[in-house]
Amino acid sequence: MWDYSDKVKDHFFSPRNAGAVADANAVGDVGSLSCGDALRLSLKVDPETQVIKDAGFQTFGCGSAIASSSALTEIIKGMTLDQALTVTNQDIADFLDGLPAEKMHCSVMGREALQAAVANYRGEVWKDDHEEGAMVCKCFAVDAVLIEETIRANGLSSVEEVTNYTKAGGGCSACHEGVEEILTRVCKEQGRAFNATAAAPPPAVRPKLGTLARIRRIEGAIEAIRPNLQRDRGDVELVEVDGKTVYVNMTGACAGCQMASVTIEGIQQRIIEDLGEFVRVLPAAAMRARA
Amino acid sequence: MTDGIYLDNNATTMVSPEVVQAMLPYFTEQFGNPSSLHQYGNRVGQAIKQARQQVQALLGAEHESEIIFTSCGTESDSTAILSAIKAQPERKEIITTVVEHPAILALCEQLEKEGYKIHRLKVNGKGRLDMQEYMDLLSERVALVTVMWANNESGTLFPVEEMADLARSAGVMFHTDAVQAVGKIPIDLKDTSIDMLSLSGHKLHAPKGIGVLYLRRNTRFRPLLRGGHQERGRRAGTENSASIVALGKACELALQHIDTEKRTVRRMRDRLEQGILAAVPHAFVTGDTTNRLPNTCNIAFEYIEGESILLLLNKLGIAASSGSACTSGSLEPSHVMRAMGIPYTAAHGTVRFSFSRYNTMEEVETVIRAVPPIVAQLRKLSPYWGENGPITDPELAFAPAYA
Repeated sequence: MWDYSDKVKDHFFSPRNAGAVADANAVGDVGSLSCGDALRLSLKVDPETQVIKDAGFQTFGCGSAIASSSALTEIIKGMTLDQALTVTNQDIADFLDGLPAEKMHCSVMGREALQAAVANYRGEVWKDDHEEGAMVCKCFAVDAVLIEETIRANGLSSVEEVTNYTKAGGGCSACHEGVEEILTRVCKEQGRAFNATAAAPPPAVRPKLGTLARIRRIEGAIEAIRPNLQRDRGDVELVEVDGKTVYVNMTGACAGCQMASVTIEGIQQRIIEDLGEFVRVLPAAAMRARA
Repeated sequence: MTDGIYLDNNATTMVSPEVVQAMLPYFTEQFGNPSSLHQYGNRVGQAIKQARQQVQALLGAEHESEIIFTSCGTESDSTAILSAIKAQPERKEIITTVVEHPAILALCEQLEKEGYKIHRLKVNGKGRLDMQEYMDLLSERVALVTVMWANNESGTLFPVEEMADLARSAGVMFHTDAVQAVGKIPIDLKDTSIDMLSLSGHKLHAPKGIGVLYLRRNTRFRPLLRGGHQERGRRAGTENSASIVALGKACELALQHIDTEKRTVRRMRDRLEQGILAAVPHAFVTGDTTNRLPNTCNIAFEYIEGESILLLLNKLGIAASSGSACTSGSLEPSHVMRAMGIPYTAAHGTVRFSFSRYNTMEEVETVIRAVPPIVAQLRKLSPYWGENGPITDPELAFAPAYA
């Protein structure tokens, strides 16, 4: 079941301004039976002041379509036609404390009915200019038509680009398969190749440390360990950092201790934790052996 | 039970109290792995064996080893289809129908993208198939016929036994998604040519998350999940023992109550239908009214939209479902209603009431009283409805700027 706000439920269960206005002088019809929702908005406009005196709606549609219609009539009553035309579908959704993403088109229908009614009053012909396709990205309510047109117009070739241009796929990412299908089709049409690998997200790593900062952090880790070693009359000193390898000198009691390798493992663990990257700690003797 | 009226049993059913009782010990003291040799495992193994026999009895399967426990109806459907095409790689066609459940349709759509030819049998206004069209399509190129036994939305029954015979005589494997049929109508698989059948526990008063694939002995098979030896290697993964025991119990109860479905449940359904149609003008029953599940009734209320009806019913504590676009999230009205050619004036306003043996005649009378005012209230809001009835020629009278 949809997660409707209390305001949506209120306007559905007790719709305001239901029914046609008796002596309406502006009527706007949008939607159709085949689409599953249709709205007729009737207005009584004061010819002197252009103020909407009364508004009524008749709606065939779901709970949110009826609530959006009811909200629309409440919003525009008392406005002038020009003021009313500035009402957006987002205003209708906001008035209702939000609508589920899949139901935003209900608020769009409200705004379109208003435009159609105003056009009707002014003797103009209102023409709808957007085509609604199947919903692909539910997080941001982006439909297939918009995605396809955006890919075509901008020569997009990766899911990441589609997300940047349309927001589609920027949320839960469940629609990426659908976006890839549209990409593959349009790219093929345009004789381009769909780039599946470009969408790889950057690995989530901490910002890279500079060489000096990195060595200081390694030094810090070793300093923190030294008191433990000194208690056993041993010690450790940093000799060299070569990429992912850290060379140390075990001195005092540590030198020649049977447990030296265990100690070095402990040092390595500590450095890895502090540094947030994998390093290997070796006795300095290993460095000389390599050279 | 809560004090609501639950008429959405094709969506899911209440778990029977006896079933809950039967499964509970398998969460606690009977926790063993049925594969284990010791007593902890052995007792669970015995319980699973019993459950398998209970399922076998309900389905009328010849051997208990023909019962494979899965996680749900969808898994059973996927296993059946993917097994058939893997076992017969030279066969590149599948026959199904336009009104199948998405568990079948979506997979077939994917296979179509991968190069398979999918034949989708059409239905007429009553939801019936054209047998001639079916027979013409059967050939040695077909890997599998997969046809639902009963439609989830309209309850219409397909002649799957006859279709399975035809498939067998053409040398083609036959699968049926019987998720809605099992437990509601008598089934005796050993006397049919059905090779595979899917069922889902939660449609017959067992919990969610348990299903069965019936696999006739000697049917060529390739597992979906490979791994351990569970289910004789045909469905690897440690058994969901508590739910398997529950499904066994639910099948035993379903078998006991199969006559209740035929008589009591049907009587409630028929009373509801007759009561609503008598009180509400411009409403009609969809599907094949002479050949359908005893528990399902799908009524189209013209000129209003299904979700609105459901919301108002829900306010009164009555639970049903709708084939309207807006309840699905897809913005498309039910593919089943569209396939039957139900006009748009009605397809968006279909409401499905589906019963179980836990409903009562009293509830039916309450719903009969509740529906007419709701329909009247919504029609008053509809631009397609005038003072006393639908406006003549609604598509012309209401001419929106786009359509």
